[in-house]
Amino acid sequence: MVEGREIHLGLGDIRFNRPKQSLFILLIYLVLFVGALVFLLPLFWLITTSLKTNAEVYVFPPTFIPETFRWQNFPDGWFYQGMNFSRWLLNTVFITVTVTVGAIISSSLCAYGFARIKFPGRDLWFLLVLASIMLPGAVTLIPLYIMYARIGWLGTFYPLTVPAFFGGGAFNIFLLRQFFTTIPVELEEAAILDGAGRFRIWWQIILPLTKPALATIAVFTFQGVWNDFYGPLIFLTNPDTYTLALGISFFRGLYNTEIPLMMAMSFLMVVPTLIAFFFAQRLMIRGVVLSGIKA
Amino acid sequence: MVSTKRGRDTIHGYLFILPVVLGLLIFTIGPVIASFYISFTKYPILRSPEWIGVRNYVNMVSREPYFWQAVKVTVIYALTAVPLGIVGGFFLALLLNQRIKGMPFFRASFYMPTIVPAVASAVLWGWLLNPDYGLFNAGLKAMGLPTSRFLGDPSSALGSLVLMSLWGVGGGMIIYLAGLQGIPETFYEAAKIDGASSRQLFRFITLPLMTPTLFFGLVMGLIGAFQYFTEAFILTSGGPLFATYFYSLMVYERAFRFTQMGMAAAMAWFLLVIVLVLTLLVFRSSALWVFYETEVK
Repeated sequence: MVEGREIHLGLGDIRFNRPKQSLFILLIYLVLFVGALVFLLPLFWLITTSLKTNAEVYVFPPTFIPETFRWQNFPDGWFYQGMNFSRWLLNTVFITVTVTVGAIISSSLCAYGFARIKFPGRDLWFLLVLASIMLPGAVTLIPLYIMYARIGWLGTFYPLTVPAFFGGGAFNIFLLRQFFTTIPVELEEAAILDGAGRFRIWWQIILPLTKPALATIAVFTFQGVWNDFYGPLIFLTNPDTYTLALGISFFRGLYNTEIPLMMAMSFLMVVPTLIAFFFAQRLMIRGVVLSGIKA
Repeated sequence: MVSTKRGRDTIHGYLFILPVVLGLLIFTIGPVIASFYISFTKYPILRSPEWIGVRNYVNMVSREPYFWQAVKVTVIYALTAVPLGIVGGFFLALLLNQRIKGMPFFRASFYMPTIVPAVASAVLWGWLLNPDYGLFNAGLKAMGLPTSRFLGDPSSALGSLVLMSLWGVGGGMIIYLAGLQGIPETFYEAAKIDGASSRQLFRFITLPLMTPTLFFGLVMGLIGAFQYFTEAFILTSGGPLFATYFYSLMVYERAFRFTQMGMAAAMAWFLLVIVLVLTLLVFRSSALWVFYETEVK
């Protein structure tokens, strides 16, 4: 179902139906407009609250635009006593980048094997990969936790980063495999005739041809790791090793009356994902189309 | 010659998928087996596991005071949030599949909440739903409607989390939108020539052709709902009065607060069985309502 033209598909340029009656159009507009307002309101509220003074958040009726824009909330929250947001940001960036790199290399290698080489047992392993998507994380969590405790990995980043190099996520493998199967086999056959090995084909033909797909899984992986709360919660024990997600919940747990500062920090955590969304919107939508539901 | 190529392909194939083979063995299959074993032991992490047979399972269903409460909370959440999410997401997808001006803006608006990190969204919603100073109650008051304690009251806490989850229907919406785009235009054209009304087009073309996509949404939604954790952990920690004591919260507490690894493993396995049975039921039922194109003769 995936064709070349879908590569540049974004939120804006998917095919449309054309409604006939103008009254009907008006009704759709009304519903969409009200709906969009409702969906954007919480985000607007996050931003506006992050700029209010501590006193203003308690006034009734609540103000939509802060009386004075208190930008100081951002440095105040960032350098809050006992919090270490600079460190948490670094930790989060380190984990996110490591996992994303690991996932791209690892999942593209595996996806190539599944998509392009015929060998006994291939379909069974692919089925296992897909089945692992459905496995509740709780089932593997306890033995893994015990194993990490035994080898001294608790409180380090290893439990969060190392697994990414071993497969890079079932969903990523699935997505890339879908994409690799759309590349004409002739390209590869020509390279084989020229004496290229499988590894070189993967590196010099497949990867350059699938840059958009690789970017797609990079964005998905970045978001998943950036947003992850459960993994860090269980494996990171020392506040110095916290990620932003963990740090913000730690902050909320200790000082849940610092409403504007909490909103400011939460907003900062949203910003990179919003930027990623605006730049990679097309890639993400295409990823969804690609994941192919029908396959 | 053929057999050597095949032999080479086998070696190459396994070399390429080696990362995931090792990954599945080390991080999935091995732990699944280990956790099955642990579930039959008493294992307070610091000492070695002691075999106690099925006692964890028996205690879990008969003595654990909040076990069935956790099952109930999770099932209620799954049975409300998932269907509401599918209906809402599909409805939005149908609306957003129209050719009118400003559509990219609308699509982005509905999708954006899904990219907000769960922690940030929990912190934000905790404030929006604040009983005294939150925006929701301010709005209700302004319209002269009764206010609610939302997360602070056992009768409304779970409903509040369902409401929160609906903010994320954009994720499903995009999948359904992609599905709608995959329906060939010619089907509609042919039906229109035969004089089908727009209602019939929906009932006999759109809906049946969308069932595989909706089915996918249902399966993934259920699996996600049964593992719901972050928002409840941050906002309610299972309270008030265990009204939002989700299954994952219970497993987390057993394992990491009380370090009863054996019991926690048994609970995790029970969850796995529930998810498997449910998925199987959904797959079975799919023969009745999911339409596959290969069925067309």
